[in-house]
Amino acid sequence: MSTATIEQQASTNGHGENYLNVEHGIKSWLLTLDHKRIGILYLVTITVFFLIGGLAASLIRLELMTPQGDLVEAHTFNKLFTMHGVAMIFFFLIPSVPAVLGNMVLPIMIGARDVAFPRLNLLSWYCLVAGGSLATLAIIMGGVDTGWTFYTPYSSTYSNSYVTLALAGVFINGFSSILTGVNFMTTVHKMRAPGMTWFRLPLFIWAQYATSLIMILGTPVVAITLLLLALERTLHIGIFDPALGGDPILFQHLFWFYSHPAVYIMIVPGFGVISEVIACFSRKRIFGYSFVAFSSMAIAVLGFLVWGHHMFTTGQSVYAGMVFSFITFLIAVPTAIKIFNWTATLYKGSISLESPMLYALGFIGLFTIGGLTGLFLSTMGTDIHMHDTYFVVAHFHYVMVGGMVMAFLSGLHFWWPKFIGRMYPEAMGKASASLIFVGFNLTFFPQFVLGYLGMPRRYHVYPDEFQILHVMSTGGATVLGLGYLILIGSLLWSVFKGPRAPQNPWGAKGLEWEIQTPPTLHNFETMPIVTEEAYAYDNRHQAAQEEESTTAPAQQEEEVV
Amino acid sequence: MSDSHSPALHHHFEDLGQQYEASNMGMWAFIAQEIMFFGGLFGGYAVYRYQYFDAFVEGSHHLPIEWGALNTVVLIGSSLTVALAVRSAQQGKQMAIFNWIVATMILGAVFLGVKTIEYSHKFHDGLVPGSSFLTYGPYTTAYDAAMAGHLKIFFSFYFVMTGMHALHMIIGIGIMVFLLVKIRRGAFSAEYYNPVENFGLYWHFVDIVWIFLFPLLYLIGGR
Repeated sequence: MSTATIEQQASTNGHGENYLNVEHGIKSWLLTLDHKRIGILYLVTITVFFLIGGLAASLIRLELMTPQGDLVEAHTFNKLFTMHGVAMIFFFLIPSVPAVLGNMVLPIMIGARDVAFPRLNLLSWYCLVAGGSLATLAIIMGGVDTGWTFYTPYSSTYSNSYVTLALAGVFINGFSSILTGVNFMTTVHKMRAPGMTWFRLPLFIWAQYATSLIMILGTPVVAITLLLLALERTLHIGIFDPALGGDPILFQHLFWFYSHPAVYIMIVPGFGVISEVIACFSRKRIFGYSFVAFSSMAIAVLGFLVWGHHMFTTGQSVYAGMVFSFITFLIAVPTAIKIFNWTATLYKGSISLESPMLYALGFIGLFTIGGLTGLFLSTMGTDIHMHDTYFVVAHFHYVMVGGMVMAFLSGLHFWWPKFIGRMYPEAMGKASASLIFVGFNLTFFPQFVLGYLGMPRRYHVYPDEFQILHVMSTGGATVLGLGYLILIGSLLWSVFKGPRAPQNPWGAKGLEWEIQTPPTLHNFETMPIVTEEAYAYDNRHQAAQEEESTTAPAQQEEEVV
Repeated sequence: MSDSHSPALHHHFEDLGQQYEASNMGMWAFIAQEIMFFGGLFGGYAVYRYQYFDAFVEGSHHLPIEWGALNTVVLIGSSLTVALAVRSAQQGKQMAIFNWIVATMILGAVFLGVKTIEYSHKFHDGLVPGSSFLTYGPYTTAYDAAMAGHLKIFFSFYFVMTGMHALHMIIGIGIMVFLLVKIRRGAFSAEYYNPVENFGLYWHFVDIVWIFLFPLLYLIGGR
């Protein structure tokens, strides 16, 4: 039980002039250079794509209730899972933690007034909007049926859908990632406040830094690959066309060279969030700080050397496959380091179970399952059996949804009071966290069994004996969807009606909790000087007394609204 | 710091030194992503050059080595002029920056002009990849089907690689127009010149790409 105390500033804290009310009107948002407002723009945008992707997922699950194709026909089903994948991966998950939470807290965490390149930051958001609009246009005009992976030669020669338009959307969206990566990496290098040394950085920053590295080095490769594919499709240039001696497998190599690292864009920033939340709600310094920091970097670097594990069944050399398989196993090491260190942080911590912590604990459980089943798939022999089955579908949903979405929601609840200035309803937060956890497991655990029994992915009809598992999965998806709706509803409600948030509702450590709620336009009135390590929860009483001279904090029992 | 009130200082930086270092580092990070962008192309090129070496030699012999060599000299010359522009910017010599940037633009335009001549020859000879490849021009019956397919792949790489390179040069010329306007307004001085320096980095990068493209495309198999 937490008995820690928090320092709360005097009654006037925040709620006077802040970044939300300093300017009004639609123009002040669309032309803003403020990283916090840009974060909110991202949040709104990716929520739209989450709903689009979620709609497609609902239709997929409804269709799969019965073994026959009675709701949609095969071709529509192909378009649905493509729409689900493209919207969720490129336009929701990749910008989720990096662009939303990263924009909101990264500059403040390191004691900066903004990111290094505010105009570039706004441009990144416009790239997301432009790319997303093109992809949405492709859906409206009739959809794309290639799957989110756009494999050749189907996508280049045979598909009769709006592939080029969707490619253009993903291509432009790539610039959003690249520019965000450039911006954040430079910000972390050059904008840290005095005393904010590399090993005093919160682990969220290390995770964002590793992610930026992947964004800078990976995204341009998929950009050129998709450009070549678009040229192949429109002009028939022959590079991926087997009739001319071109190699469709080369597309897969180039595609996965980005898209496997992109899988880590979709999890490493989540690791960063979890480190923040676990430390705060255990009231302990994170166990093995430098191991957790370097494991993010190790994952980012090793992630570039494992793309071939997506291609064990494509006729890639067996020896190449063995190397890819081995390096994939290596990635389990830094990943396990993180899981063990979070668990060790919990040990003897004074744990409190507010919504962010519920999501974070859910993350640890679900991501562990997702990570371990990844080892099944990186074993070549097993992968031959599991490849392109629901086992794979369940595995990456456990990582991306059970991992990254849980981490995103954890971080969103954690920093929501700081940036919106209102508390979300805690009971609703806990209810939605529980519903999402239960619904998620009910949706995807049966899919492991389905895949093991041989149910291939991307089919809308299946043998009768699979129906019971599919019905369980669809039932779970309903609970999951309900959880998300409650979550969105309660957060929206709190924007208008929630009680005013105090400066530091969680008693958390970190520069973002020492400034006004919501922050002012320039975050800091005076340049902060950092004198202690991150997560100095153990000596916080002492630290609080030292700060008394400046803020005159009133010590009171922690009380979460 | 004494320069903390310079008009060139953006509000979110502490001083001009920090601003300079940040913009410099941002440019290097951007160049890193450019290397990966072209790297994907070079990777694909390497695969096919290994697989279809004969076709790549044959394709290479269709490229005019003189024009390529001329363009190499022109681009290396433009690297010199842009370096002199950066040097003038560091010394705060407004007229000199202006003139060296104009010189760089002219050399860039010469390069693109030569490239246009080369491209138009390829169009004329039916060597542009697409559905009309080798369906007209002097080489319609010169190659069997397999060789024609492989040649098409060579020319696809030729056009995509040099086309992407040319696109970068066109963007570079656009940036130079922007810089000229800024120079006219007296935006740069000995204490604030990083846009010029960053542009210099970008232009050097584009030149270096050509230094690799020239031998890889024009000089395969010797002549």
